Amino acid sequence: MRIIFKTAYLQDIKLLKHNGYIFWYGLLLLAVLIAPAVLDEFYIGEMAFIFIYAIAGLGLMIPVGFTGLPSLGHAAFMGIGAYANAYFLHQGVPFLISIFLAGLISFGVGALITIPLRKMTGIYFAIASLVFAIIVKEIISHWKSVTGGLGGMSVDYPVIFGFELDSTWQFYFLCLAILLLVLYLTLNLVRSPTGRAFVAIRDSEISAESMGINLSVYKIKSFAISGFFTGLAGALFAHRLSYLTPDAFNFLLSIQLLMMVVVGGLGTVHGAIFGAIFVGLLPQAIAIAKDYLPPAIGQFPGLEPGLFGVIMVLFIIFEPMGLYGRWVKFKLFFEMFPLYRKATFKRQKTYLKTERVQ
Amino acid sequence: MEFLQVLITGLGQGCLYGLIALGFVLIYKATEIVNFAQGDLLMLGAFFAVTYVGILDLPFWLGFLLAIISMAVFGYLLDMVVIRSMIGESQFSIIILTISIGFILRAVAGGIWGSDILSLETPYSGKMADIAGLVIGQEYLVIIAGTILLSVILFLFFRFSRLGIAMQASSQNQLAAYYMGVPVKRVFSLIWAISALVAAVAGTLMAPISLVSPQMGFIGIKAFAAAVIGGFGSLPGALIGGLIIGSSEQLAGTYLPTGLQEITAYSIMFLVLTFRPQGLFAQIQQKKV
Repeated sequence: MRIIFKTAYLQDIKLLKHNGYIFWYGLLLLAVLIAPAVLDEFYIGEMAFIFIYAIAGLGLMIPVGFTGLPSLGHAAFMGIGAYANAYFLHQGVPFLISIFLAGLISFGVGALITIPLRKMTGIYFAIASLVFAIIVKEIISHWKSVTGGLGGMSVDYPVIFGFELDSTWQFYFLCLAILLLVLYLTLNLVRSPTGRAFVAIRDSEISAESMGINLSVYKIKSFAISGFFTGLAGALFAHRLSYLTPDAFNFLLSIQLLMMVVVGGLGTVHGAIFGAIFVGLLPQAIAIAKDYLPPAIGQFPGLEPGLFGVIMVLFIIFEPMGLYGRWVKFKLFFEMFPLYRKATFKRQKTYLKTERVQ
Repeated sequence: MEFLQVLITGLGQGCLYGLIALGFVLIYKATEIVNFAQGDLLMLGAFFAVTYVGILDLPFWLGFLLAIISMAVFGYLLDMVVIRSMIGESQFSIIILTISIGFILRAVAGGIWGSDILSLETPYSGKMADIAGLVIGQEYLVIIAGTILLSVILFLFFRFSRLGIAMQASSQNQLAAYYMGVPVKRVFSLIWAISALVAAVAGTLMAPISLVSPQMGFIGIKAFAAAVIGGFGSLPGALIGGLIIGSSEQLAGTYLPTGLQEITAYSIMFLVLTFRPQGLFAQIQQKKV
């Protein structure tokens, strides 16, 4: 077990806590950088898809994992980002400005929508955000002059300083660059006073408020930042889809994003990445498994969404900390060996009624 | 005349929203769980009715009764096997759990009955009733009558039966009810059974007007709006919220430009949440320091 000897307060918020971090994450970065040279083009495309999911997952992790705002409507931000990006590209705006504008519009919508939502907690927030996503989808379907309505609209290739990024590996590096940027911003956010205020709100609104945190302002900030990141993911998603229809941004996408952060591990940055890898690989795994299963199961219609549901149920009941939580336990087991105690991660249950006057 | 006709159709539709919302509120009041799978329970209930009536060729009312009983058993088992282990977990986990259950139910229903659209033959479908010059489909009249009947039965049950009073007690204070000898766990499972039963009634009533398919559970999202408008803890509120949404939706569809009908329910919900966040008939107050 490694014990870090701390000599300065700033050590607590260092991004790379010790040399092990530099080595392993450096290795991971190297692997990701040389992947296009080694892997098949199909897998590069899938990895780019996973990066997009990871960006959206980080965006969703900020309200759901850190601030405790259960959003069921993040497909709306994906949709806004995707359509805004496609629209600006059609208007001849350069790609880098267009994707930034897409994020910015999503940011603005996130801030605006939280103004009525900021006083709500728990289920009310969840339902209101779900309804917000439905309304956004209806607006996209009916605003024909901008979005092409139900007929949809095509998306141009991204062009950066005159280079058209039309091959898979170029798009891969674009997604990777934006993912790294968003990852850095999120890590920075989490260790800043703002991020700590988010966590304080998640753990107890009442105590956060009595520590001088303005709940409304921080909830709005949380959702707006989340909107920005998810909007960026949406803009990239538009290029990945290459043809946009409103149906791509329905309730199921929101749930898929949510499943990502839950399966990955709520309240951790690792969780968003793990969840993205899981959600990105699951359809492939199902497609491969289909060939080996008996036809009665393999050809079962709705196998994929059903399996999504089963996996979510199993995670919620048996491993609410997600894949990352499982990894932390696994690591601790070997670090503490043979002194590991199961009770370290025992969940605390609350039987008191939360929202009622007793 | 046209206005009244549209209004009555809307009220019929609203009764369905109200019944689903009633299912949400029953479970929420008792266990503080929001059942996002309520719409899918309705779908399952409709499929049971189609199986008994359409495929096994039983008489309609017998099939209806069997569908209700099957769903009640299903609801009881669902709580006993899955939901009960989640009591005391955070609300968010339970929301995700019920959403996932909805996914599973939809996939299973699609697997068993296929994703083709089925229809339910009833003794009253396709007939028109002529009341004082108003021409209204009998399906809607049956829906309204069925909702009134079910509400009266539920009211009498909760007001006068021992079990109903035990349910009220455990919803008000689990611990105190447990000390008084109420078997709280079983009572919760029974509430799930009642909620599934209400969903089965709604599903069977809905089947003649909107065909039966695994996707029909998405109506549950509008019923959420109904429950929120009524204030998520009030049974009459849920029904009235459903009526408000159903009727205004039909009126918007007739008198307002196209495209607005879809978002009427949600716009009303946002208005209510903004100006009266606790709902129109709130019984639960927010905790204050």
